[in-house]
Amino acid sequence: MSIDPIERHLFLEGIFLRFGHDFRLYAEASLNRRLNSLLTRFQTDSLLKLLQRILETPALFRDVLPFLTINTSEFFRDPTFFRALRENVVPVLKTYSKFTIWVAGCSTGEEVLSLAILLKEENLLKRAIIHATDINAQAIKRASEGIYELSTMQTYNRNYTSAGGTKNPSDYYTAEYGLARFDPALLENVVFSEHNLATDAAFVEAHLILCRNVLIYFNRDLQDRVFDLFTSSLAYKGFLGIGSKESMRFSPSATHYETIDQDLKIYALRSDSATVRNQINRGVQP
Amino acid sequence: MSIRLIAIGTSAGGVTAIQRLMALLPKDFRIPLVVVQHLPSNPGINLSLVFGSAMHFPVFEAVDKLAIEAGTVYFAPPGYHLLVEKDQTFSLSQDEPVHFSRPSIDVFFEAAANAYGTHLCGVLLTGANADGAEGLRLIAQQGGVTLVQDPLDAEVNAMPRAALALFQPHFVGSLTQIAHKLTELARGSDVC
Ligand SMILES: C[S@@+](CC[C@H](N)C(=O)[O-])C[C@H]1O[C@@H](n2cnc3c(N)ncnc32)[C@H](O)[C@@H]1O
Repeated sequence: MSIDPIERHLFLEGIFLRFGHDFRLYAEASLNRRLNSLLTRFQTDSLLKLLQRILETPALFRDVLPFLTINTSEFFRDPTFFRALRENVVPVLKTYSKFTIWVAGCSTGEEVLSLAILLKEENLLKRAIIHATDINAQAIKRASEGIYELSTMQTYNRNYTSAGGTKNPSDYYTAEYGLARFDPALLENVVFSEHNLATDAAFVEAHLILCRNVLIYFNRDLQDRVFDLFTSSLAYKGFLGIGSKESMRFSPSATHYETIDQDLKIYALRSDSATVRNQINRGVQP
Repeated sequence: MSIRLIAIGTSAGGVTAIQRLMALLPKDFRIPLVVVQHLPSNPGINLSLVFGSAMHFPVFEAVDKLAIEAGTVYFAPPGYHLLVEKDQTFSLSQDEPVHFSRPSIDVFFEAAANAYGTHLCGVLLTGANADGAEGLRLIAQQGGVTLVQDPLDAEVNAMPRAALALFQPHFVGSLTQIAHKLTELARGSDVC
């Protein structure tokens, strides 16, 4: 079924006006697929009719939101990325007595836990404050529990080692009743909260931002906005890691960053970009 | 009718088929080609590197927001669905696998049909499952040209047969005949 562009426009506008969730600048093709499965789920062939139902019964929106986001995640996904973090970013973090990390689009928490394990092995976890944010409240709740199906631990075990893990991967969780419960101490310094990259402002000064496999769902305009948001949220020479098939090279923000690892998409804010940051913070176009 | 994109789907037997097909195309072939190929055994492989040296066209992995250019071959990155937008740039998604596949041929064909309409040519080659059949039908529905490898010519015939069971494509033939068809299409096209 193909999505009618006018209905799509009105639907996204309506959702934004009523609920403040802005999907208007998401990449069209994949959002169309999500909208199609939403139509199937609500057994209707029209986004306008669906919008009307949601506006009449706002509680329905809770069931709509998860359909519009894609929450696929994996422990230590792209293991070499975590290896590169150890090699290129950890040595700099070690020079700080306290530091802040922002995991934007944390989904159900696999990435945050992977990061926490890495930091623990580098004796850095106690120095870190990690802000983990997403727009999907249900995903955040699951992330904060740190409990996963035992069946997903296969990937975890495999990736842990390729990511440069030095211990026994099962040291970090206990298995019971088909579930793996991660050591709660790993999440002690993690603050979970709702934050929308499309609409919300900067709220931290971070030494490292991870935002992986989130930008692919945005169109270029929204990607530019998010890169600006990151530029204004990074501390002096702060690091930014994005998904392995994502790229900053199509955004004007690229000039503010130097490339630390081209293949694994690790960047660092240039030391001379402080003025740019101030301009963005004051709302001036750099 | 001018074709601006050729979308090719294949799974088992695909590496050889793609290599042969590309070798049969003239060196001045200008229509961009996008290959979506399943790779069950090795999820980490970058096909653009495998093929790069073997082709007389520039070959790239289709990364997010990359703009499609004439005379170029693109491969879907493993682990992601590949899509294309109306402004002729790629986008990616990690939506659920379709037909146990990510990338899925159906997903790309559908997005390409929506973005290119009558300016699209879809090609379905050798393969072991039904992915791509539904997408190819959508391409035809939106006015695009559809070519299917003759099941007798295909190393593994399940994929072409699934398409033929679903609808009648514009052309069914061997790899060589498909290469001729594509060359004809390119001649009739005002490709940028
Ligand atoms: C595919 S997951 C990525 C999870 C993790 N970063 C990883 O790479 O494994 C994408 C996440 O982005 C979130 N997301 C989508 N739009 C967002 C937005 N506007 N602001 C914040 N998060 C968003 C989704 O809810 C989803 O959890």
